[in-house]
Amino acid sequence: MSMKVDFQLDAKGLSCPMPIVKTKKAMADLVDGQILEVSATDKGSKADVAAWAETVGHQYIGTLENDGVLKHYIRKCTNDLIEEVTFDQTIDLEQITNRDGLILDVREEAEFAFGHIEGAKSIPISELDTRLSELDKEQEIYVICRTGKRSDMAAQKLASRGFAKVFNVLPGMTSWKGDLTKNI
Amino acid sequence: MSTQKWDASQIAKKVINNEELFILDVRNADAFEDWKIEGHRFEYLNVPYFELLDGVEEILPKIPSNKKILVVCAKEGSSLMVAEMLSEAGRDVAYLAGGMKSWSEYLEPIKVGDLTGGGELYQFVRLGKGCLSYMVISEGEAAIIDAVRFTDVFTSFAEQKNVKIRHIFDTHLHADHISGGRHIAEATGAVYYLPPKDAEEVVFPYTPLVDGVTVQIGTSKIDVGAIYSPGHTIGSTSFVVDSKYLLTGDILFVDSIGRPDLAGLAEDWVGDLRDTLYKRYRELSGELIVLPAHFMIIDELNEDGTVAKRLGDLFVQNHGLNIHDEVEFKRVVTDQLPPQPNAYQEIRQVNMGKITPAPEEQTEMEIGPNRCAVR
Repeated sequence: MSMKVDFQLDAKGLSCPMPIVKTKKAMADLVDGQILEVSATDKGSKADVAAWAETVGHQYIGTLENDGVLKHYIRKCTNDLIEEVTFDQTIDLEQITNRDGLILDVREEAEFAFGHIEGAKSIPISELDTRLSELDKEQEIYVICRTGKRSDMAAQKLASRGFAKVFNVLPGMTSWKGDLTKNI
Repeated sequence: MSTQKWDASQIAKKVINNEELFILDVRNADAFEDWKIEGHRFEYLNVPYFELLDGVEEILPKIPSNKKILVVCAKEGSSLMVAEMLSEAGRDVAYLAGGMKSWSEYLEPIKVGDLTGGGELYQFVRLGKGCLSYMVISEGEAAIIDAVRFTDVFTSFAEQKNVKIRHIFDTHLHADHISGGRHIAEATGAVYYLPPKDAEEVVFPYTPLVDGVTVQIGTSKIDVGAIYSPGHTIGSTSFVVDSKYLLTGDILFVDSIGRPDLAGLAEDWVGDLRDTLYKRYRELSGELIVLPAHFMIIDELNEDGTVAKRLGDLFVQNHGLNIHDEVEFKRVVTDQLPPQPNAYQEIRQVNMGKITPAPEEQTEMEIGPNRCAVR
């Protein structure tokens, strides 16, 4: 399957350290929140991309392996832009599965694919404006992302469009201890 | 300053000669934690290469200027990059050719001793993995015990010594490394022996290695005799060579004993392990020199680099031979087991002939320490 990403880097045939050297360079050109897909054939790149991303604070989403080619997915995070969570209608992560509403996951497609709560609906925040018709104003909507920031923005946007039963889920998927559904 | 390229044999000499060395290991912290180049007088600094992409200034104060410096990574590329950066910063450094991969594969042949009638016994020390293989040579003939998969090391050594390989034994079906025994036999026409109780699923022909099998090497007929000694596996077999050496396979090591669980049957085999260590071996002469198929820690190496110790001394010093209570023994060898070796189930499949991965995959399977013992 092909995953929606912002940039693709071909590091196939390169051996260590080049996949990471090139990944680092490519990430410098991305803006916060964008996703890079790195194709590599060096098996060691999987552990190294994950460890490098953690060191510098980017989000390592996951790796797909197909026919000897590894595809690594990384989302750019710059931690100095900490936005406050302001939407006041929030719900605790632990409570959402006990309620009847819709879990709306606003992370990027790749993040969703590598693990989400069963039954959650995926609409990346960038697509929210054009896909409002897929949502029901009468239903409770629990908006979730990785840490609570994107879902805060999405919840505000939904509220401004007349969705009254909207809740921001706190904390986000990083604290989810239950099963993860994958579609990779 | 210059960047030197060292190969694994140069590092092996430094281990054996007890030299000092400062190793900058630029692999991931996990990889370093799991497995590294061990030396009696080696010092280490682990900083992953991807933390050094912007420069090495931050680590310069941590790198001594009065010691030899070796940069090490998994395959070579990253260590070369970091070594060149250090060299540009004015440091005299070397990097390891082929990285930990080549270290894992390197074998150092060391003579253990002379045998009757001018024969010799060699131990092939695989320092990076802790595997020990053996070659008994006498008057133009040789036998090999527990050969690792680098078959040309053994065949070229035999050529160099001008001996013909006649017999090849595996003490058991190995789970931590891929055996080269069958392939050397195919290349040389030697007879390949395996204990039949370990070989029920094996898909190639072999000669059964059972208690009492004895072969004679050379005209002075140096005896290599088999003793059934189960416990690590149900077929595990030891050898007495020239009434002087006891090759214990993975049953007894210098500082530990074999673990009974790698074929999935710890509970069943713990009694066999107890019998072998506390009864069968007790009936042997304490003067025999124990030569195991592995070492686990660098402290098990003797001054000359060999791994060998009198059986009588092990009865006194080896903790695993001194657990007098049977219940306690059972608890120790089934409850306190270390993690299992990397890819051990796949390695067993390879040694049964069921799968034949490409050489590169075999290398990946064997990465890491051997973990065949329980202390």
